[in-house]
Amino acid sequence: MSSPDPRPPATAATRPRGTAVGRVGARLSTRAASAVAVVIAVLWTVPTAGLLISSFRPEQQIKTTGWWTFFTSPETTLRNYQEVLFGRPSSGQLASYFINSFSIAVPTMVFVVTLAALAAYALAWMDFPGRDWIFVGIFALQVVPLQMALVPLLTLFSQGLVVGGVQVLPAWDLQGAFQFTQVWIPHTIFGLPLGIFLMHNFISQLPRSLIDAARVDGAGHGQIFRSIVLPLTVPALVSLSIFQFLWVWNDLLVALIFAGGSVEVAPLTARLAEMAGTRGNEWQRLTAGAFVSMVVPLIVFFSLQRYFVRGLLAGSMKG
Amino acid sequence: MPMTPRRRVLLAATIPLVLVSTGCSYLSGGGSAADPGSADCKAFSDWQGHDGKTVEIYASIRDEEGERMQEAWQKFSDCTGITIKYEGSAEFEAQIQVRVDGGNAPDIAFFPQPGLLERFAAAGDAKPLPDTVRKRAEDGYPKDWLSYATHDGEMYGTPLGANVKSLVWYSPKLFAEEGYEVPKTWDALIKLSDSMADTDVKPWCAGIESGEATGWPATDWVENVMLRENGPEVYDQWVAHEIPFDDPKVEKALDRVDGIWRNPDYVNAGFGDVKSIVTTSSQDAGLPVAEQKCGMHLMGTFYAANWSEDTEIAEDGDVFAFNLPPIDESVGTPVLGGGEFTAAFAERPEVVAVQEYLATVDYADRRAQAGSWFSAHQDLDLKALKNPNDRLAAELLRDPDTVFRWDGADIMPAAVGSGTFWKGMTNWLNGDDTGEVLTYVEKSWPE
Repeated sequence: MSSPDPRPPATAATRPRGTAVGRVGARLSTRAASAVAVVIAVLWTVPTAGLLISSFRPEQQIKTTGWWTFFTSPETTLRNYQEVLFGRPSSGQLASYFINSFSIAVPTMVFVVTLAALAAYALAWMDFPGRDWIFVGIFALQVVPLQMALVPLLTLFSQGLVVGGVQVLPAWDLQGAFQFTQVWIPHTIFGLPLGIFLMHNFISQLPRSLIDAARVDGAGHGQIFRSIVLPLTVPALVSLSIFQFLWVWNDLLVALIFAGGSVEVAPLTARLAEMAGTRGNEWQRLTAGAFVSMVVPLIVFFSLQRYFVRGLLAGSMKG
Repeated sequence: MPMTPRRRVLLAATIPLVLVSTGCSYLSGGGSAADPGSADCKAFSDWQGHDGKTVEIYASIRDEEGERMQEAWQKFSDCTGITIKYEGSAEFEAQIQVRVDGGNAPDIAFFPQPGLLERFAAAGDAKPLPDTVRKRAEDGYPKDWLSYATHDGEMYGTPLGANVKSLVWYSPKLFAEEGYEVPKTWDALIKLSDSMADTDVKPWCAGIESGEATGWPATDWVENVMLRENGPEVYDQWVAHEIPFDDPKVEKALDRVDGIWRNPDYVNAGFGDVKSIVTTSSQDAGLPVAEQKCGMHLMGTFYAANWSEDTEIAEDGDVFAFNLPPIDESVGTPVLGGGEFTAAFAERPEVVAVQEYLATVDYADRRAQAGSWFSAHQDLDLKALKNPNDRLAAELLRDPDTVFRWDGADIMPAAVGSGTFWKGMTNWLNGDDTGEVLTYVEKSWPE
């Protein structure tokens, strides 16, 4: 860091020992600061609370008055949820979109976490020429917007790869459930740069003595990775998994382009987007729809919350 | 399939695949096809012989309307063995371009804007109609309609659904109580507005707020008045930019709208003053009509879906509609509207069969029976139309006096039709000068 910035470098900023940081830490834990935090938390939650209340209000009321009028004239209905969950002629169809969302999000999460951990290990602990350049390249890839890759990727899937008139790769032409592959690949590609970066930060901070000791004992890279690196990086792995799962779960763009809206592979978000009707006149359903789709991320987040916070801090605290 | 030497890895990779495929096979309960030789299927014999083929259709029609549409072609699908894979998306207009660019175009797409279809026709992506389809379209639909799907003398699309955007919704009950009559001329309309303005009920309610599309209901007003004030020829010139957007004729039309929309005595019933038009949602703007708090509301046939379920739509019910009366009576009955065109991106025989079927009256009747739909097909069974407003609109389209013109904003270049025209009208309602707004739109017209 050659910048003349008087503040301590970023890695030290989160350490509680540093004096300037210590003062900030002390100030942040006063009663006034807690009060401010509570106010921010409440303000942040109000829209979601309004949405929750709205989802139980009848259509007519949602469309004519604000959710806060609920307190003066409470009137509740489960109609919105009923329409969202069973609204189609073949009732319970939402379930298939739910399963599709899982079939997209879970494998993608596995792919990204596995590949990112392996790559991060290689970039951190294996010596080969150009290693740092590769890492910088991957890091830089984060600024590439995924929209740029949509058309080329779609062409690759639908027409194969043609170089100078020679068909190098055939068109994929996947049918049925195999179409999920087309969604996994873009999600994995787009998730990897940040994944590798996060895992690299974590893995490269492991004490060198540990790795060296294992090497002296005759462990190869595979064994070091399995018995030393993986167990030590569980918090980071879990937090990356949560991140990745939530991104993919909430994604609409990639799903629309690579999965389309067919019942076979389209995720929940694609179904929610069409639920408001062709002219958007059924938007009261979106309130309930939002909550139905929120359930899974909430469960994931709350059940893994411990790891999440630990994992987020882990990369910068170690060392 | 990626092959890896390690069994464990292979196993790990197959688990999701197995889960997914079992999950899907359990979900996709196969439909039972009808016997193609049965009497029931006789009507479809023209298109048989494509058993086991699949045709993909992509459109912006979704949810309930999408389901009714699939219901309408189900019989065709059962009898011919052609599986129609339908996908409706709110992002259709943006996604269709991505899919075509990516070489993943659907077999058939339904275009709500002729301008968009023309772009694909000009680029050579959309296929010109095969002769059989073309003949069906020419037999069934008026020339006014077909001309909107024609590019360089070739026809690229067949009309599907229709909507009429020059309807004025009113409350028959209020009209009966106060002794008002449905106006047949523009002068009568203004007279009616004046007499309403003298009572507690303001004559007009309007709202143009619609997220990113804010402003579009105002453009419908301008187009409607433009068509009535200057006639169809000038309207066509205006839409094609053969006369400038700030031509005195356009200004005259906008001045006429001014007399209604920026007249504090006339608007905005149930919501507030003139400026409240900008902030009122286009979905909700007409609702005061049913509560008899607003006299009239100009909006398309599709507004029928916005009334609450206990509102009766009928000539003697809670709400009904009339066509915005003509200004120059020599023009006939000007009707502004829109709809969809089916266009094909593939020429496989089963695709042609489906496109041909969609242009028949059999499909139109089946779709109409499913509810809330009509088209400009000349043989459409009007008795099958359940909603009185649909019947009114379909009769309007079929009337020989009718001069039909497509919603101009859908034909103008997107930068104007779904950009500056909307924005300009929003500014206009916020108080900008008429001349200023017209110049702003004119300047934004792409070369």
